[in-house]
Amino acid sequence: MLKTRIIPCLDVAEGRTVKGVNFVDLIDAGDPVEQARAYDAAGADELCFLDIKATHENRGTMYDLATRTAEQCFMPLTIGGGVRSPEDVRDLLLAGADKVSFNSAAVADPDVIARSADRFGSQCIVVAIDAKTIGHDADGNPNKWGIFTHGGRKPALDKDGNPIDAVEFAKLMEQKGAGEILLTSMDRDGTRAGFNLPLTRAISDAVHVPVIASGGVGNLDHLVEGVTEGGASAVLAASIFHFGDYTIREAKEHMAAAGIPMRLT
Amino acid sequence: MLTVIIDYDSGNLHSAEKAFQRMAAETNAGDVIVSTKPEDVSRADRLVLPGDGAFPACRQQLSDHRGIYEALEEAVITQGRPFMGICVGMQMLATVSHEYQDTDGFDWIKGHVRKITPADPTLKVPHMGWNDLVIDSDHPVLDGVKTGDHAYFVHSYHFVVDNPDERLAHCDYAGDITAIVGRDNMIGMQFHPEKSQAAGLRMIANFLTWTP
Repeated sequence: MLKTRIIPCLDVAEGRTVKGVNFVDLIDAGDPVEQARAYDAAGADELCFLDIKATHENRGTMYDLATRTAEQCFMPLTIGGGVRSPEDVRDLLLAGADKVSFNSAAVADPDVIARSADRFGSQCIVVAIDAKTIGHDADGNPNKWGIFTHGGRKPALDKDGNPIDAVEFAKLMEQKGAGEILLTSMDRDGTRAGFNLPLTRAISDAVHVPVIASGGVGNLDHLVEGVTEGGASAVLAASIFHFGDYTIREAKEHMAAAGIPMRLT
Repeated sequence: MLTVIIDYDSGNLHSAEKAFQRMAAETNAGDVIVSTKPEDVSRADRLVLPGDGAFPACRQQLSDHRGIYEALEEAVITQGRPFMGICVGMQMLATVSHEYQDTDGFDWIKGHVRKITPADPTLKVPHMGWNDLVIDSDHPVLDGVKTGDHAYFVHSYHFVVDNPDERLAHCDYAGDITAIVGRDNMIGMQFHPEKSQAAGLRMIANFLTWTP
């Protein structure tokens, strides 16, 4: 049986992680490669590096990080942040990434996903969608979600100036060739209040490719809900692992106890 | 001893190279190189054919590297050197793939590469992530690997073999997914051993010391 994945995400700026990691045996807590090795040993199912200050000038540091990580961690690695073209995908894959994540560029030009998937295969093309609730039905239940870009600061608008619907956009991305959707609840990110579950469920039900839930995890029950209520195939979290609140093992055991198939070895 | 990982522009070989090099060092299995040259294929003691992406594109890329297939066929079929295919490199062993269009494989192991169609329609395709192996048949490359060990998969098509004896392992995804195929001196893995942590590294080490 396929297992639900737990993916720790490291925010990287200029080759260093932005948040420190509370692992006892790290020599350099700000070195992403050291953190990656620790998560590898801890049984994480995949790793994600997000270059939060991606610019043309500092691209090289991310390639170097990917290369050094791939030399030491024999597990899947996704890299995102500032990815704009099939050439960026190629450079990151050659450096050692297994999957590459698009965000703002896919909103500006959805065909960049088709061009990248045709060339490298859908299996390595992830689209990161940052979305917030923007509408409710008559009973007050959320039923409309909009896309945001540029780290969640900028609402994405279509050519008529209307918000781009997150569910429709996810379907479009699948149609263009995305192999996976990394869905971040922007109204929950950093709140530790749990995933935006109606959003997660709406996207999971709308696409056939796997959805990774992200944004807002504060405790282990939130991870469970992302799967059982949100329908996610994987859960991504940063703070709860980096700050040492919970280990990967504790998270997996908690999810397994809730009946979710997990890889415990 | 020389192991050659064949590079025909089909994706990232960095982690495969590092994983094979690390296990070669641990098992005294000699050198591991990545090469695009037919002459390196001809002088290799062991051969690894990786592959990521769509089958027709991979098959075309391989054909575009003139002389590679001929050198590979000579080494594996005529000389009987140990061979490992990974992901699309494993599917390439088939008679034909039906991904997008019908594309001929090597026909070294009879069978078809077909779209994954889980009996449960809510299951996602691609089949992406960690699944537990069910060993169908003991094999030296699977020494120390047991039913229940996990491997990392990412694919939408899989290899349905004609002869059930040539399926060495599978996994369950609301139906059987072929995980490992093999006969004589050749073995193929649908999952990525170089991404499958301890179990994957174990299979790589076993392959590097395998004398079929």
